[in-house]
Amino acid sequence: MNLESKIPEGPLAEKWARHKFGLKLVNPANKRKYEVIVVGTGLAGASAAASLAELGYTVKAFCFQDSPRRAHSIAAQGGINAAKNYQNDGDSVFRLFYDTIKGGDYRAREGNVYRLAEVSVNIIDQCVAQGVPFAREYGGLLANRSFGGAQVSRTFYARGQTGQQLLLGAYSALSRQIANGKVKMFPRTEMLDLVVEGGKARGIITRNLVTGKIESHSAHAVLLCTGGYGNVFYLSTNAMGSNVTAAWRAHKKGALMANPCFTQIHPTCIPVKGKYQSKLTLMSESLRNDGRVWAPKTKEDAEKIRKGELKPTDLKEEDRDYFLERRYPAFGNLVPRDVASRNAKYVCDEGRGVAATGLAVYLDFADAIKRDGRTTIEAKYGNLFEMYEKIVDDNPYETPMMIYPAVHYTMGGLWVDYNLMTTIPGLYALGEANFSDHGANRLGASALMQGLADGYFVVPYTLGDYLATIGHADKLPVEAPAFKAAEAEVKHMVDRLLSAKGERTPEEIHRELGHIMWDYCGMSRSAEGLKKAKGMIQDLKKEFWTNMRVVGDAEEMNQALEQAGRVADFIELGELMVDDALAREESCGGHFREEYQTEDGEALRDDANFAYVAAWEYKGDNQPEVLHKEELVFENVKLTQRSYK
Amino acid sequence: MKINLKVWRQKNGNAAGKLVDYKLDNISPDMSFLEMFDVLNDELMHKGEEPVAFDHDCREGICGMCSMYINGRAHGPQTGATTCQLHMRSFADGDTIIVEPWRARAFPVIKDLMVDRSAFDRVVQSGGYVSVNTGSARDANETLIPRTIADEAMDAAQCIGCGACVAACKNASAMLFVAAKVSHLAVLPQGQAEASIRAERMVAQMDAEGFGACSFTGACSVECPKSISLDHIARLNREYLGAKITSEAV
Amino acid sequence: MSWVTQTLASSLGRKVIMSLTGLFLCTFLIVHVAGNLQLFKADGGRAFNEYSYFMTHNPVIMTVSYLLYTSIVVHALMALILTRHNQASRPVKYAYQRPEANSPWSSRNMGILGTVLLIFIVIHMRTFWYTMHFGPIPMAEYDGKEYKDLYKIVLEAFSNWWYVLFYVIAMGALGYHMVHGFKSGFQTLGLRHKKYTPLIEFLGVYVFSMLIPALFAAMPVYFFLKHVGVIG
Repeated sequence: MNLESKIPEGPLAEKWARHKFGLKLVNPANKRKYEVIVVGTGLAGASAAASLAELGYTVKAFCFQDSPRRAHSIAAQGGINAAKNYQNDGDSVFRLFYDTIKGGDYRAREGNVYRLAEVSVNIIDQCVAQGVPFAREYGGLLANRSFGGAQVSRTFYARGQTGQQLLLGAYSALSRQIANGKVKMFPRTEMLDLVVEGGKARGIITRNLVTGKIESHSAHAVLLCTGGYGNVFYLSTNAMGSNVTAAWRAHKKGALMANPCFTQIHPTCIPVKGKYQSKLTLMSESLRNDGRVWAPKTKEDAEKIRKGELKPTDLKEEDRDYFLERRYPAFGNLVPRDVASRNAKYVCDEGRGVAATGLAVYLDFADAIKRDGRTTIEAKYGNLFEMYEKIVDDNPYETPMMIYPAVHYTMGGLWVDYNLMTTIPGLYALGEANFSDHGANRLGASALMQGLADGYFVVPYTLGDYLATIGHADKLPVEAPAFKAAEAEVKHMVDRLLSAKGERTPEEIHRELGHIMWDYCGMSRSAEGLKKAKGMIQDLKKEFWTNMRVVGDAEEMNQALEQAGRVADFIELGELMVDDALAREESCGGHFREEYQTEDGEALRDDANFAYVAAWEYKGDNQPEVLHKEELVFENVKLTQRSYK
Repeated sequence: MKINLKVWRQKNGNAAGKLVDYKLDNISPDMSFLEMFDVLNDELMHKGEEPVAFDHDCREGICGMCSMYINGRAHGPQTGATTCQLHMRSFADGDTIIVEPWRARAFPVIKDLMVDRSAFDRVVQSGGYVSVNTGSARDANETLIPRTIADEAMDAAQCIGCGACVAACKNASAMLFVAAKVSHLAVLPQGQAEASIRAERMVAQMDAEGFGACSFTGACSVECPKSISLDHIARLNREYLGAKITSEAV
Repeated sequence: MSWVTQTLASSLGRKVIMSLTGLFLCTFLIVHVAGNLQLFKADGGRAFNEYSYFMTHNPVIMTVSYLLYTSIVVHALMALILTRHNQASRPVKYAYQRPEANSPWSSRNMGILGTVLLIFIVIHMRTFWYTMHFGPIPMAEYDGKEYKDLYKIVLEAFSNWWYVLFYVIAMGALGYHMVHGFKSGFQTLGLRHKKYTPLIEFLGVYVFSMLIPALFAAMPVYFFLKHVGVIG
């Protein structure tokens, strides 16, 4: 297979403009004759559906939640980056591009990333026009902050609820188009298969989650805006419903999955409490601006703390190990997410972790409170401290906060070209669902930017090119055999899930999968561990299909059935992630292979052999997937080793 | 801890429902309320019984999906929090907890504790937006919006659309929800061009959905997970009356 | 539907009617209590009877009084319509509720309080307004001019302990109705501002729900105590 990225020729800064000019346009009078399916209504999906409807296309949008407003983009806290340079501090489109490429450890495409930085400025304009209440200065101008260790202040924010406000902006635009009759919305509806015929995406098969009805929807193009697959780890900061099903079933129909092992693990989450735990809560990264990360110096002290015999505040200064400050004197507590996470893991692996589980380190504000006063700290982080106290029942002003890394974002996803089209013509992937812009590690406040860039400013241009090429007559009726066959396949899968009469619930199997993924394909990976994990996942897959039980019927609301279907896909994806991690014999960004590290334990990239996108092709049930490589070309940046010493 | 539950079970929208008793042992005070329900469902499934259906997603208090009426209060005894942010330590060992779905004509029950809140979406569709097509925006800093105004808009805009206001109101009124959206867009210059028509349409849709009228009991604001102020309801009243008296629509 | 009927048929329009009629009735309370304070004047009822004469013969006051009667009827009818609508908005009730955790009792029971007040108004008007207009009523003569001696009717009515008790209870209901009603009237009209709302709330609580009902209640109590001879 030839992976044609379709990056336009020409100088970096002109690529997108030239490309836009080269794209075919659809006659305005004909646009309504084209039907587009948008799956998922987060930032990418809602913005795409609204923008395409505004252009005149006939859109059908789908989400599994009860309302498009609830997609998990809503939970993003920190902010959204844009190269506005309103602060006159040296930011530019090129600098945002450069930071993103470097932050991604040189595993993303230059062309895509530059375009992302370029349209970032339009996103802010668009959102403000929609009424997104970004933070402002007293004079009325937009406020910015520096975020995630960036050296310029380019992050726009709306309190700690930026994702919510951006999503509500996109949702309002979508609502307007629903009212106009240009978008037909299908909430509580899950995509269960993609219909491909004649080499093109023709539509989708869905299940109405309320009635259980399996339905076919035909269209000229299908946009998957279905988010990431962090829930393969069971515990993550993702919403309970976030899943890979739509993307995975598209993968099984021929769309290549790129860099699936690239997972971002966020260092400042609230630690796991017990085995009943269903999800992890993220605490904003901004906490590391003032908090100091430490663990007890000795195992003995740590053990006493775990048993509750010793309080952290009783531990003397010389008995504490401020390990980030010690190892990275230049960046200290502000090292990138992957580095901070990995170091917390090492400390806990050495037996120096705290909390009853031993899986936590401290984030201490005592010095900051001493220096700035409690009022200042409260003004900055009051809501976060409150949230922490609500969950942990511990006052972070008095005892140091406990944190531990958690899965947060997946950089990998469906392979797409510059037009955001997957390897199946007519099938697009937007936002976190694709792999394109963040390389091996995503910078803070860039996820929101990418989702909206794809939906508002990229796909409305690139989709027209495809549609104009195929013509509006090129659409398959839902009565066609391809739809009937896909429907039958989906019904068969549902029946199969319901017919198993074993002992275990889908939840239990999901949790077990999560443990395997976290232990062997999490913050650090080794060939030995990954091979072991592969066997364990294959066993778990057998267990799933033979010893699982789903109560209830297919023709009604059945949340266990929904979950079972999603877990089935997570198991298969998990195996592919392990394969991908095993094949990438280097360390980069969030992917850390223990065999490939520098003398002082830092990630060691291998640009000569691994500067490529790993795109995997599905070859059938229980068949090994085939790896295709898209070589990455760097013409505008020099590849350097990241160093935070 | 030991917990006695009385949970509303209803097969579907057309079936009759009733409160069913369940007993749970070994509940940790650190569990969230929804995790306690996970434990219940796990036990039910192992017994071959149907688990309790309930809406939930982000489990961190922002998506607005969870919606339980717990011991006579929307989202339970805590204020300023959603059901997913409620922890079992808020209850005592041996407590009996009654869990019901939101009750309102505009929120019909789908199954067990799950209700249909699409009425809210239709209210937003009737006018809860600024009419601006993608690409037609001018530079974000061209319109000055003083910080106090931006903060006021944000106070209203942070509504999560969970419906606790409707559930808590003795009249099942949606005024706080509608007011939050109208107010958010009415205070911002971007929203002012359509402020009148928005207030008129959203109120008309709210009435058409079958919500009750506001009697200013204040229950909505107390039970709102985001503690949205009653000031916004006053603004909605003002916007609506002003619109009705001055708008061109006859 | 014209915009007027459309507005008045909306939930907000109906609340506006409640608000305007209610606030108008509040202004009447001030006039009524001020006038009736003349009952306390130790002149054998002359000032009160002259005042009653004025109130029933001045054309402006007479016009306003019809507006007043209409307001009472409209306020009560609209309350009935809204209550029925509100009850229909929740066809299936909760099995268990703790409304006291989120709202004051008076705000949730305006209908009951209002019903008590309506019954009171009917009885009150039968006793005084009806007698004043349609008799039979004794006459008094001041400076050669004949006046209907309403003061005597007051004395008689308030010599009855259960009648006095009923008045005191009704004024309690008025107090609770005002605690919520007065500020709500402003809220419905959108008149809420951090500079003025505290004043509105102060007036609602201290003047309309405490001072005015207390003054009204003092009248029957005063005459009853006089009747039984506790005070001279």
